[in-house]
Amino acid sequence: MEPLDVELEDGELELPTDPMLLNMGPSHPAMHGTVRIVVELSGETINKADVQIGYLHRGFEKMCERGTWSQVFPYVDRLNYASPMLNNVGFALAVEKMLGVTVPERCQHYRVLLGELARICDHLVCSGAMAMELGAFTPFLYFIKARDIIWDIFEEETGARLTNSFGRVGGMAHEPSPNFKEMVRTSIPAVVDLIKDGENLVLENRIFLDRLEDVGIMSKEDAIALGWSGVVLRSTGANYDARKHHPYMTYDRYDFDVPVGQKGDNYDRFMCRQAEIRQSARIIEQALEMMADEGPVNVEDPRIILPPKEQVYNTIEGTIQHFKIVMEGIKVPAGECYSYTESGNGELGFYMVSDGSGTPWRLRIRPPSFASTAGLEQLITGQMIPDIVPTFGSINMIGGECDH
Amino acid sequence: MSKVVLKRLEKRFGEAILSTHDQFGDETAVVTPEVWHEVALFLRDDSRCQMDHFIDLTAVDYLGRRTPRFEVVLHMRSMQKLHRIRVKTPVAMGPDGENPKVDSLVDVWKGANWFEREAWDMFGIEFKGHPDLRRLLMYEEFEGHPLRKDYDANKTQPLVEYREGYEKQAPFGLPEGMPFGRQVHDRWKVHVAGRQTDGKTNILGFEED
Amino acid sequence: MSDKSIQVIEGSEVGFATTRVDALLGWARKYSLFQYPFVTACCGMEFMALASPRFDMARFGAEAPRFTPRQADLLWVVGTVSQRQAPVLKMVYDQMADPKYVLAFGTCASCGGFYDNYATVPGIDKVIPVDVYVPGCPPRPEGVIDGLLLLQDKIATGDRTPAVVKPRTDPVPKDLVSLRRSAEGDPVSEAG
Repeated sequence: MEPLDVELEDGELELPTDPMLLNMGPSHPAMHGTVRIVVELSGETINKADVQIGYLHRGFEKMCERGTWSQVFPYVDRLNYASPMLNNVGFALAVEKMLGVTVPERCQHYRVLLGELARICDHLVCSGAMAMELGAFTPFLYFIKARDIIWDIFEEETGARLTNSFGRVGGMAHEPSPNFKEMVRTSIPAVVDLIKDGENLVLENRIFLDRLEDVGIMSKEDAIALGWSGVVLRSTGANYDARKHHPYMTYDRYDFDVPVGQKGDNYDRFMCRQAEIRQSARIIEQALEMMADEGPVNVEDPRIILPPKEQVYNTIEGTIQHFKIVMEGIKVPAGECYSYTESGNGELGFYMVSDGSGTPWRLRIRPPSFASTAGLEQLITGQMIPDIVPTFGSINMIGGECDH
Repeated sequence: MSKVVLKRLEKRFGEAILSTHDQFGDETAVVTPEVWHEVALFLRDDSRCQMDHFIDLTAVDYLGRRTPRFEVVLHMRSMQKLHRIRVKTPVAMGPDGENPKVDSLVDVWKGANWFEREAWDMFGIEFKGHPDLRRLLMYEEFEGHPLRKDYDANKTQPLVEYREGYEKQAPFGLPEGMPFGRQVHDRWKVHVAGRQTDGKTNILGFEED
Repeated sequence: MSDKSIQVIEGSEVGFATTRVDALLGWARKYSLFQYPFVTACCGMEFMALASPRFDMARFGAEAPRFTPRQADLLWVVGTVSQRQAPVLKMVYDQMADPKYVLAFGTCASCGGFYDNYATVPGIDKVIPVDVYVPGCPPRPEGVIDGLLLLQDKIATGDRTPAVVKPRTDPVPKDLVSLRRSAEGDPVSEAG
């Protein structure tokens, strides 16, 4: 073997400097979600990155063109599977916009309550998974414990822990259970306490902070042009929250703030999520006060809402009504409509084209994390390899909605 | 609220605006494909519009309902003025079944990049001037464009050969009268075929009941 | 593992046990499952819950995740596998060292679920062999634990035929029902 310290001739470099291609994913341990990132490296710095999605493409839009409008609800659940209830509410609002109906006020508060609970779950999963990928496993356990408390409420209300399919066009599947308010009132302080415990473990940790601060910076102008929305947009300093700026349901009647970041780095995104959990808790408190204990939940329109079971079994009108809604679907007026809500990741939009029949002609979902993931390439270019992990975690790419 | 944007568009482009409507409260302008890029640039830069926030770009296939067959749909909003508007353009297949073509908007909003790649993947609409028009959601080997109405929803194109003898006999027992696994759904086809009747058309060109 | 495979012989001063080598290996394997979570979709949320303290997968000796398939012997396929993902799944499976076990977590992994279209693989058993199917969309963590125990039984007995987790019946014993009814005056015999 030749000695290592050979004299190098002029112009000959000690190390080969060809850029190296590295493939991360699509099944990578430090990434939740299925994404493949091909990076071109010089040393440890990323020169170029190519983010490839589509590993969880399940044909959501094609499936929706087959069933009735109500049959879309289970598919909608599995778009952003960290907060299914927000998607349920968003889709129900979209169809109601086309039908021109407004649900009773009690139902609106109920939807807000369930939606905000789901938003807390969404942020908990994202922050927890992000901390776990950075090696902080314990906060993840705290956050999951807090999430399980909220899931217990969902289970009591809807019968399912995760995929609730609880929204209906023109109302909800069931009215609030008698002890719903009490459950939420007692569990929200417990959840906030657990979150504080979890945060205390990381927010003064030097390693955690060093990996978040000044990593993955996105400017406000770029974020807007990229079509970002939700937490990732607000972390850059742009103030846009669909709940504040284009209020829907009863969001204009609650007193809540919109947390806005300054730099748009990973730390801002993490902290915006944590701050938003507190704001959601505030909304929940107010909505609990405002929601009436008695009153209708569904609209009174026999063309939209299924009749009660006693009528279905005992009267011919009820049977026919039930049959028409289930077999033919709700007749949505022909036309096109874009409806949007603030979901866990940002603006969740539904662009729907109806031909006047019971089946959607085209149902397009505008997934918030699709736009955010499109910006990932810009975020990680020029950074180091280990920066991919927190940056990707803070984007909160949810495969179900990002890949449709 | 966004009416002002529609007025500005009509004033600026005149004949190139094919129609406008505000069904369900969404202001919409249909423009010719020739001015597609120009309209987008105008909407972004005009001081009264300032539609800087890119929201969505997608396409719709109106097979058997309308000519031209496809429609590219763009949504955007303004951060400052809180306008929201939808702009659409009809695009047609070429005479020999070539893919429809329309200008790319990547140089107007960076975010249009992935949305256009998705529209190319799902509908086969070519965006002229797109820097990197590859498939996004499906794989390179995939043939056809799945969201077109003439693509069969059940038509899979597996990358891996399926195993021999994978029938789920052992845990699931003998066949119980219905095949476990894939079933053919023809319902949507029947549904589409059954509605091809003449009638007065509405705003979308659909027959009304 | 059946009780007969390890026999403790009583009566001697020290006490010793006899067993067969394969039974011993099965016993060792079943409590030291190194898992590779192939998490793709919604079921991953329940997988997180399963790893969290409330359901605590660690009780069954299967908590240690190995993030390279070469060190793992249990492959969890958690969620939908699309046609695009299928080659990756096959590659991961091929890299695992024998003996290897596969657990299909959720309906999508078992049979494709309600995603019956151009994009999804109708069940991962089209691509790789599966040991245990856990139905549910997503399955409850209790159901998954059932599946894990089922797999452990199969490992111990060396049984490689596929199995599916069956729904459990109501755990309330019949006696309770009959007692309540008898208190109301109904005859006990009718309750059974």
